[in-house]
Amino acid sequence: MAKALRTPVGAFSAALLALVLALAVLAPILWHGNAFEVDTEAIGQGPSAAHWLGTDNLGRDVLFRVLVATRLSVLLAVLATAIGVVTGLVLGTLPSLLPRSAARLVTAAVNIAVAFPGLLLVLFFSVIFGVGTHGAVLAVGFALAPAFARLAQTLSASVAGQDFVSAARISGVGRIRLLVRHILPNIGEPLVVNATIGAGASLLTFSGLSFLGIGVQAPDYDWGRLLGEGLNGIYVNPAAALAPGAAVVLVGLAFNLAGETVAGVIGVRTGSRTSAPRPHIPAREEVAEDRDGALLVVENLQVAFPRPSGWTVPVRGVGFTVRAGEAIGVVGESGSGKSLTGLAVSRLVESPAVVTADRLEFAGKPVLTTPERELRGLLGTSLAMVFQDPMTSFNPTRRIGHQLAEVSEQHQGLPRAKALARAVDRLRAVRIPAAERRARQYPHEFSGGMRQRAMIGMGLMGDPRLIIADEPTTALDVTVQRQLLRLLARTRAERDTAIILISHDIAVVSQTCERMLVMYAGRIVEDLPSAATPRHPYTRALLAASLDLETDRDAPLVVIPGRPPEPDRVPDGCAFADRCPVVTDRCRREDPVLERVDATHRVACWHKGGAA
Amino acid sequence: MSDLVFDSVSVRYGGRRGLTAVDHVGLTVPAGQVVGLVGESGSGKSTLARAAVGLSPVSAGRVLLGGVDVRELPRRRPLQMVFQDPYSSLDPRMSVGESIAEAIPRGVLPGRGARRDEVARLLDLVNLDPDRAGHLPGGLSGGQRQRVALARALAGRPEVLIADEITSALDVSVQGAVLNLVRSLQRRLGLSMLFISHNLAVVRYLSDIVAVMYLGRIVEVGPAEQVLTEPQHPYTRDLLAAAPSAHTSLFDTGVDTATADTEPADPHHPPSGCRYRTRCPVGPLVRADRELCRQADPTEDAAHRRHSAACHFAENHSHQSVISRGASAS
Amino acid sequence: MTTSAIVAPGLRSSPWLSFAWRRLGRFAVSLWVLVTMAFLMIQLIPGDPVRAALGLTAPVELVTARRAALGLDDPIWLQYVHYLGGLVTGDFGTSMTSGLPVSDVIGDRLPATLQLALPAFAVVIAVAIPLGVLFAVLTRGGRRRGAELAFTSTSVLLAAIPEFLVAVALVALFAVRLGWFPVAGSDGPSSFVLPVVALALGPASVLARIVRVETLSVLGNDFIRTARAKRLPARLVYFRHALPNAVTATLTMGGLMLTGMVAGTVLVENVFAWPGLGSSIAQSILQKDYPLVQGIVLVYGIGVLLVNLAVDVLLAVLDPRSTIREN
Repeated sequence: MAKALRTPVGAFSAALLALVLALAVLAPILWHGNAFEVDTEAIGQGPSAAHWLGTDNLGRDVLFRVLVATRLSVLLAVLATAIGVVTGLVLGTLPSLLPRSAARLVTAAVNIAVAFPGLLLVLFFSVIFGVGTHGAVLAVGFALAPAFARLAQTLSASVAGQDFVSAARISGVGRIRLLVRHILPNIGEPLVVNATIGAGASLLTFSGLSFLGIGVQAPDYDWGRLLGEGLNGIYVNPAAALAPGAAVVLVGLAFNLAGETVAGVIGVRTGSRTSAPRPHIPAREEVAEDRDGALLVVENLQVAFPRPSGWTVPVRGVGFTVRAGEAIGVVGESGSGKSLTGLAVSRLVESPAVVTADRLEFAGKPVLTTPERELRGLLGTSLAMVFQDPMTSFNPTRRIGHQLAEVSEQHQGLPRAKALARAVDRLRAVRIPAAERRARQYPHEFSGGMRQRAMIGMGLMGDPRLIIADEPTTALDVTVQRQLLRLLARTRAERDTAIILISHDIAVVSQTCERMLVMYAGRIVEDLPSAATPRHPYTRALLAASLDLETDRDAPLVVIPGRPPEPDRVPDGCAFADRCPVVTDRCRREDPVLERVDATHRVACWHKGGAA
Repeated sequence: MSDLVFDSVSVRYGGRRGLTAVDHVGLTVPAGQVVGLVGESGSGKSTLARAAVGLSPVSAGRVLLGGVDVRELPRRRPLQMVFQDPYSSLDPRMSVGESIAEAIPRGVLPGRGARRDEVARLLDLVNLDPDRAGHLPGGLSGGQRQRVALARALAGRPEVLIADEITSALDVSVQGAVLNLVRSLQRRLGLSMLFISHNLAVVRYLSDIVAVMYLGRIVEVGPAEQVLTEPQHPYTRDLLAAAPSAHTSLFDTGVDTATADTEPADPHHPPSGCRYRTRCPVGPLVRADRELCRQADPTEDAAHRRHSAACHFAENHSHQSVISRGASAS
Repeated sequence: MTTSAIVAPGLRSSPWLSFAWRRLGRFAVSLWVLVTMAFLMIQLIPGDPVRAALGLTAPVELVTARRAALGLDDPIWLQYVHYLGGLVTGDFGTSMTSGLPVSDVIGDRLPATLQLALPAFAVVIAVAIPLGVLFAVLTRGGRRRGAELAFTSTSVLLAAIPEFLVAVALVALFAVRLGWFPVAGSDGPSSFVLPVVALALGPASVLARIVRVETLSVLGNDFIRTARAKRLPARLVYFRHALPNAVTATLTMGGLMLTGMVAGTVLVENVFAWPGLGSSIAQSILQKDYPLVQGIVLVYGIGVLLVNLAVDVLLAVLDPRSTIREN
C-alpha cells in the first residue's frame, strides 16, 4: 500500500480522501448555521457574490448545504458498505464451515442474487425496509452483500486450493483456525481494495436513492437529495444541481482511485522507466569457426529489459553458429537466459525489451535490421518454433487444421482447401492417427504429446531449415518425450533441418544433439561436442548432479552449492565464481573470455587448462 | 513405527461420466522403508497419496496405518505430506517459524519457549539457519521452501511421510541437495516413506521398494533393484527404456515398432481387459493371437506373478538390454 | 482429456442438448426464486401494507375491504398459490393507486423502457469493443504510456459518474444552455439522444476497460506467440487469434455489467420524465403501491435473467470448450 501512495494517482486519491474526511468532520460544525439560514430576499437565485453557487427555493445557500451534506453522504455510504462487506463475508465464508448440502444452498442463493444488478436489489429491499434513511442504508448494504459474498467465495476457494492449506489440514488444523489464520489473511488485501471501491459505489447508489426520493427525507439532506431539489430549478440555477453532482463524482472517484491504485490496476506500473543509456557490453568470446555457409550466425547477442533501477540484461553477449542439418542443444538452469536466446534469435522478443547483436543472420539475411515485411516469408516458412507448454500454445478457439493451414495460406499463397489438405498431410507426417478427423478438432481434444507433434507439423507446413524447440518435452512424460525427440531426430534426418533444442536436462540434450551450448547467467560458458569431455567446472557439476539410472545409490548425490546470481546483480568477475570449486582471485576480478581450446570446443574459464 | 497399507483403495470423481482415478489399489509401505511410486501424469499416483491423508475421497477400500483405518485416527495423524509446488506450499503471510509451529501437535510441547526451541531444532534438522524462523517465505528459493515444508511435516512427529513430486519443480543443482536431505532424514528418524515421482532415476535412488502405476492401477511392485533390473511388466520396461540418459541413444530400443507412436489411453474410458494393451509392444497390437489381453484383466491374478505384475505374459519377456544395463551400473 | 475424441461425430449434438437442458433448468429455478421473492417482498413488509398504503387516517372499513380484495387475509400458502396462478394467466394484480390492472400499466410502459435500453445497449457494444481492442493493441507491453494514462483516466472518470448525473449534466449543457435537445419527455427522435447517451456512457467506459484488460491478457498468452512465430500479419494476429478469445472472456464479465443497464434506466427515466417502467417504480414505491412495485420488479428481474441466458448461450456457441467446462 505504501508503494501505491508513491504513485501520482495514488497520492492524489489519498489526498482527496483525506480532504473529504476532514470536510465530513468539520463542515457541519463550522457551517451548520449558514446552511439553514433562510434568506427570503434571495429565493432560487443564481450564483452571486453573496451566494457563490446561488440559493435554493427557500433561499438557503447551496454551497454551504453541499459542504455540510458531506458528512451524511459519506457516513451513509460507509455504513452501507460496512453492512454489505460484513454480510457478504459471512455469506461467502460460511460454505467452508457448513456441512456440504447447506453450503451448496448458500452458494446457489448467492449465485442467483449476484446475477441481479445492485439497483434492482436496492429497490427490492427498500420496499421491505421502507422509505427513509434507515431503510436505505439497510437496502444499499444488503444489495452490496451478494457481490462481496461471491468475491469472498472465489478468493477463498483459490486460497483453499493451495498446498499450504492442504498441509495445514493434514497437520490437524481445524476449520475455524484454517479460516482465521490461513484463508482470511490471504484474501484480506483484495477484499479491502474492493470494499473501498464498494464504498464509492454505495455513495453513488445512495445519492441515486435520495434523488428518487426514496433515501434521505427532509429536513435531512445528502448530496442526492440536493441534486433532486436542484434539478427542479435547473432552468434558473443549474449550479444547484451540478454542485452536489460534482461532489458525488469527486468523492466516488476518490474511493475508486484509492482502491484501484492499491489493486495495481493503474498507477503502480507507472514507476518511471529508466532513461539511462543501455550499457554496451563488449563481446567476450572468440568467434567459433569459419562461418561460410552457416545457416544461423549469432555474435554478441544481448537482450536487455528497462527497469526503474536501470537496465537488466538477462542475455549478456551470446555467440554461436548453426550449420544446415546440425542439432545443437542449449542447456542451463532456470534464469540462465536460454529461452530468451531462442526467442531473440527468431525475432520474437517484443518491446520494451531490446535485442542487439554484432551480427545475427539467418540464411544470410540480417534478422534484426531487415524490415519485418521482407523477412516474414522467409521466417514463416524456413524457421519453425516449438514452445514449452503444449496446453497453451494453440489458440483454443480455432480448429487445429485451420491453425496449421494459415501458414500456407499466408506464406505460400495456397487457397484454403489446398492449405487444409496440406495441413492434414503434415499431421500425418508427424504420425497423428486419423489425421483428417483430428484436423477438424480443437486443441483441447488433443493430448499434450499430440499437440507438440501438431506444433512440429505446423513448422513443417513450410520447408523449415531450422527448428527451435524450447523445452518441448518438459511438460510431458518420459515415454511421450522419447516419441517426440525421435520425431525431431527423424525430421532432421529426412530434410536436413537444423535443430536448436533448449532444455534444462543435459541428458536429453546429449541424447539428441551432437553439440551443446552450456549457458550460465546470460552467457555461454562452454560450447562443446556432446561426446567431448567438459572443461568448464559448471558443465562438469551439471553433468555430475544430473541423476540417471546408473547413479550410485550408496553415495550422496553431487550438489552445486549456492544459487545463480540474479540477472540485475551479476558480479564483475566470473558469474560462477561463488559456486565454483576451483575459484581463484582472478575469477572474481575478471570475467573469462569464451575461448577456443580446439576446433570444436570453446570454454569461458580461467582454469580450462587443467585444475580438475 | 507402523506399516501404511492401502487395502484395495478406489478414488472416484464425478458422477455418471466420472473418472476412477485410483482403481482397487493395494500397496504396503513397510515400517522404516521407502516405497517409490512411479507413473506418468494422470496415472493416479498423487491421488493415491492424497487419499491417505484425506485430501481425496476414498470411495472403496481402506487406508490402514498400524492396522487402524486412518479415518478413525485422531485429527492430528502421524502421517504427513510434502507437496510438489514449493511456491504454493507455504502460507505467504505466515512466517516460516509460525508455519512449522502450527504443525507441532498441541499438548506435546506446552509453552512458547519450548515450541520456539522445537522450531529451531527442526530448521537445523533440514539444514536451514534457525534465524530464518522469523522470515516470511517470500524471500526463500524453491529449494529452501521445500526444506521448510519438510520441517513442517516433521513437526507433526510423523511415522509415515508422503513426498509427492517434491523435486520436480527444482533445478538439477538444487534437486540433489533436497534428495540427500530426504534420505538422511529418513534414515536418521527411521521414517516410513511413500515417495512419488514421475522420474524413475529419482525413485531408484531413494527407494527400497518400487511400485509402478498405470491408469489407476499398480502394474508392478517389488524390491527396487529387482524391479529395475528384471522388470516383469512391459510398461516398466518401456519406462526404463525411455528414461533419458547421457549414455544411450534415442533409438536404442525398438526403433519404430507398431507401438512407438501410440497415445496414452483415455482415463475416462479405460480399455477392457489389460489397460496397457493399447500401447503394449508384446500385446495384441503386435501379436494378433493375444486376444487374452483384450478379454481378461491381468490384475486379478497378479499376486501369483513375480513382482505382482499385472501382465498375462509377464514371465516370458525379461528384456536383455535392460538387465545388462542394470548390471553395468557402477 | 480427449473425451470427445471418442464420441462419434453423429453424437456431437448430445453435449449441446444436455447443455440446453441444464441451462434451461437453471433459468427455471432462478425464475421461481425471483417470483417467490417478489411474492415474499410484500409479506416481509413490517406491519400492514394496506394500512401503510392508505395512511393512518383511512377508515377501518376501507382497510378491511381492501385487504379482502387483495386476498391478504387468506393463509399465506393460499395467497402464494393464487399469486402463481395469477402470473400464469397474466394477472399481475391491481394497482392500488390507479385501480388499473398492473399488467396494463406494464404493457403501457415497457415499450418506452425498451426503446431506451436497446439502442443504449447497441451503442455500448459498438463503441466499447473496438475502443478496448484498439487501446490494448496500442498500449501492450507498456508502450505509449501517455495513451494508456489518457484511456484509463478517462474511462475511470466516466465510469465513476452514475447515469443520472450524466443525465443531469447533459440536460444542463445541451438542453438548458444550448437548447439543442428537449429537457424531458419522449417526443420525437431528438428526445432519445440525451437519455441514450446518459445510459450508455458509463457502461461503455466500463466495458471498454474490461475489453482492454482482457485483450491485454490474451495478448500475453502463449498462442499469440505461436501466431507471431507463424509470422502472420498483425491484423490476423489481433482479429483472428486475440479477439475471439478476448470476447469470450469479456462476455462473462460484460454480461453482468450489461444487466446493470436495465437498472440504469430507472434513474435516467426519472431525470428525463420518460414514460417508462423506471419512472413508475420510484413513484409506486413512494406511494406504496405494492402490487405495481411487485409487477415491475418481476419484469426487470426477468429481463436480467434473459440477458444472462443469452450471454451463456453466446459463450457456449463461441467457445468450443464451454460445454465441457460446465462439468
